[in-house]
Amino acid sequence: MVDKIKAEVRRLNFWYGDNHVLKNNNLIVAEKMVTALVGPSGCGKTTLLRSFNRMHELYPNTKSEGEILIYPDSINILSKEIDAIKIRMRIGMVFQKPNPFPKSIYENVIYGLRIKGNSKKSYLDEIVEESLKKAALFDEVKDKLHKSAYDLSGGQQQRLCIARALATGPELLLFDEPTSALDPIATARIEELIASLKKEITILIVTHNMQQAARVSDYTAFMYLGEIIEFGTTNKIFTNPSERLTEEYLTGRFG
Amino acid sequence: MEATKAKEKIIEAGLLIASASSILTTAGIIFVLFYESFPFFKHTSFFEFITEKQWTPLFADRRLGILPLVAGTLLTTLIATIIAIPVGLIVAIYLSEYAPSRLKEILKPILELLAAVPTVVYGYFALLFLTPLLQSFFPDISGFNALSPGIVMGIMIIPYISSLSEDSMKAVPMALKEASYALGATRFQTSIRVVIPAAFSGVASSFLLGISRAMGETMVVAIAAGMMPNLTANPFEPVQTLTSYIVQVSLGDVPHGTFEYSTVFAVGVVLFFMTLIFNILSFFLRKGIREGVR
Amino acid sequence: MNREDLKIYTARYIDHAFAITGLLCCLASLGIIAVLFFDLVLDGLPRITSTFFFSFPSRIPEKAGILSAWVGSVIVIVVTALFSIPIGVATGIYLEEYGKKNWITDIIEINISNLAGVPSIIYGLLSLSLFVYLLKFGESILTGGLTLGLLILPIVITATRESIRTIPQSIREASYALGATKWQTIRWHIIPYSTGGILTGIIIGLSRAIGETAPLITIGALTFIAFLPSSPIQPSFPFISFGWLFDAFTVMPVQIFNWISRPQKGFHINAAAASSVLLVMTLLLNGIAIYIRYRFRRRIRW
Repeated sequence: MVDKIKAEVRRLNFWYGDNHVLKNNNLIVAEKMVTALVGPSGCGKTTLLRSFNRMHELYPNTKSEGEILIYPDSINILSKEIDAIKIRMRIGMVFQKPNPFPKSIYENVIYGLRIKGNSKKSYLDEIVEESLKKAALFDEVKDKLHKSAYDLSGGQQQRLCIARALATGPELLLFDEPTSALDPIATARIEELIASLKKEITILIVTHNMQQAARVSDYTAFMYLGEIIEFGTTNKIFTNPSERLTEEYLTGRFG
Repeated sequence: MEATKAKEKIIEAGLLIASASSILTTAGIIFVLFYESFPFFKHTSFFEFITEKQWTPLFADRRLGILPLVAGTLLTTLIATIIAIPVGLIVAIYLSEYAPSRLKEILKPILELLAAVPTVVYGYFALLFLTPLLQSFFPDISGFNALSPGIVMGIMIIPYISSLSEDSMKAVPMALKEASYALGATRFQTSIRVVIPAAFSGVASSFLLGISRAMGETMVVAIAAGMMPNLTANPFEPVQTLTSYIVQVSLGDVPHGTFEYSTVFAVGVVLFFMTLIFNILSFFLRKGIREGVR
Repeated sequence: MNREDLKIYTARYIDHAFAITGLLCCLASLGIIAVLFFDLVLDGLPRITSTFFFSFPSRIPEKAGILSAWVGSVIVIVVTALFSIPIGVATGIYLEEYGKKNWITDIIEINISNLAGVPSIIYGLLSLSLFVYLLKFGESILTGGLTLGLLILPIVITATRESIRTIPQSIREASYALGATKWQTIRWHIIPYSTGGILTGIIIGLSRAIGETAPLITIGALTFIAFLPSSPIQPSFPFISFGWLFDAFTVMPVQIFNWISRPQKGFHINAAAASSVLLVMTLLLNGIAIYIRYRFRRRIRW
């Protein structure tokens, strides 16, 4: 079903305190494809996404079991022996609301390089231009790279956040409902961007907008109450789901 | 119905009068300082006041230069600031970004105790504990000096700086911090590169407030810095600050209406305006945070 | 180890080093309080006996005690509380519940924030001129109480405002929807729900007042006091007297300062003993404030 696997979730369980929020999840993420995680609020889709870069470690009282492997080197992301920082340098993330830093556009893009200790200006200049071009933002901001990121519109800010995530050259990009705070036109631009990015990069996206999942993704996983109910090509899930629960959700009978 | 309305009006008026009392206090302070120092400034040229290098208002050979007292105040304040700003900032970052919440609940009240210790007790500590201790390292420190009370004042104002800074760091949206962590930053990198810049006005405001506190602190310097006006930058020497001059005069029985009496208020004017500048800057920086955060 | 790994390793190392530094700084402050306390107690211990608490100051260090000082502190604090609590809480309520957003409330706000930063000795100068000479209260308990009352007013006001601010708007709306007037809403909802925060602020303010020295020295409280204020209850009609308000007084921190300034070692021991007592008093008050804050925070959750 999948040509080449970029990442694989195996028997993942996750707890917030006593709350068992992910139950024995198994999932494969196809390389240079878009995989969407869908399901009603509280189904665990965001938790699953954030396990990929171990964001949960920022908060107390979380516990996970199982593994998430990333290929080609088959490293278990969740292993305590692997530094979360190394993982986060390989896996980028774009958040629900645009969250640029209170810095210039330029400094926002190179943040990930700065913290790695890069300070060679010619190299940084090159990366800024390249990343902003990939994020389809360069033409709009090329004359004001040193202006505050807060001068941009919401949609532009979100594309800046995408550029910021791309600048460190991640292998996998996580999107957590990236358009939930944007208007339809800005949303459409982000969706186009995702479609063009997948030529180079593997994408995992959480969305509660079914049309969006149908439009942008190649594979879809439907989650409910912490379990992955069904996983398959987006085409199959949306036209001919095997599980009744999936069908009921997609046709709007609950959620 | 009418009675209820009237009662509501009366209550509102009463509360308004109570709030006006704070304005009256400030007006009272400014009026008293100028009114009582008037005889002083009538006898002293402003030029002499700010250029003369000696302050001997109680001697027969009267010299009325405020510089030695201002220098003493700035020297002890500088020493306090050198201690309090780095430590206060480190503590704020630690509490806001590192400490687990249980530990934080214990550490914060303990830190605030540092500001609760009566200043006269700190004075005792500076004079009879820290100064002898410092003398065992640097034998040429005199019994009264600027260094020891400066250090103790620094310890005293740590909580002012740390708690206000931490409040503004806590107000930095988690989304910003997460964005930094997601790019592989450590807590330290996130604190330095994202949290502090985003909380800058609150952090700066806390510094200004701490400086203002140190300038106005009285007992520690009155007890441990000596009572000798001294235009020096040497922390090992005794100095007199604006505040400790006021204490010195108050200790004697200075009759109301004499020239000596008015010198206290003249020094008060200088102290009031020096701290006022820092207080007001600090206020507007803080107000900026409350209204300026996106 | 490749270069990338080395950089991550270095960043991690700095991160851990900072965590340790931060914890050490916090623990150092605990250490300083401990050193301070033990230094005082060790120096003062020989003097801390019941006679010390029930003797007047004396020329002979071994016979001197803190009776007039602690009684003075307690009485002055009562006057301070009676003055600052009603005015402070009323101001806080006015600014939060009535004050419209206009230039008057702006000025009151800047003003309170500035008053909180005015050096305490400046309040002493205000009182010296205003209460001691202009209103002719003299160097009395009333002057002392009013001085400290003005000094802690900003603390009480700020605590009241912050406490009221945490009450959600929906509570007020619920009360108005049931036909309550503004004052009824404040009386039955706003004040009860903010009591914890207000009380905490009041105690913190009073603990600050109990340790204040400079403004009281400025109004001339540093005198030899070997008597107690006159009793408020009199044997003859009208049985109650406010004469004590105009009696001279001393307080703990002023007595301590007095003893520190003497050259004899014996008085330094007295100063240490009295400082331990004062420190215990302030730490106790702060402990109560922390406890109240904790209790109320657990009881009410919005």
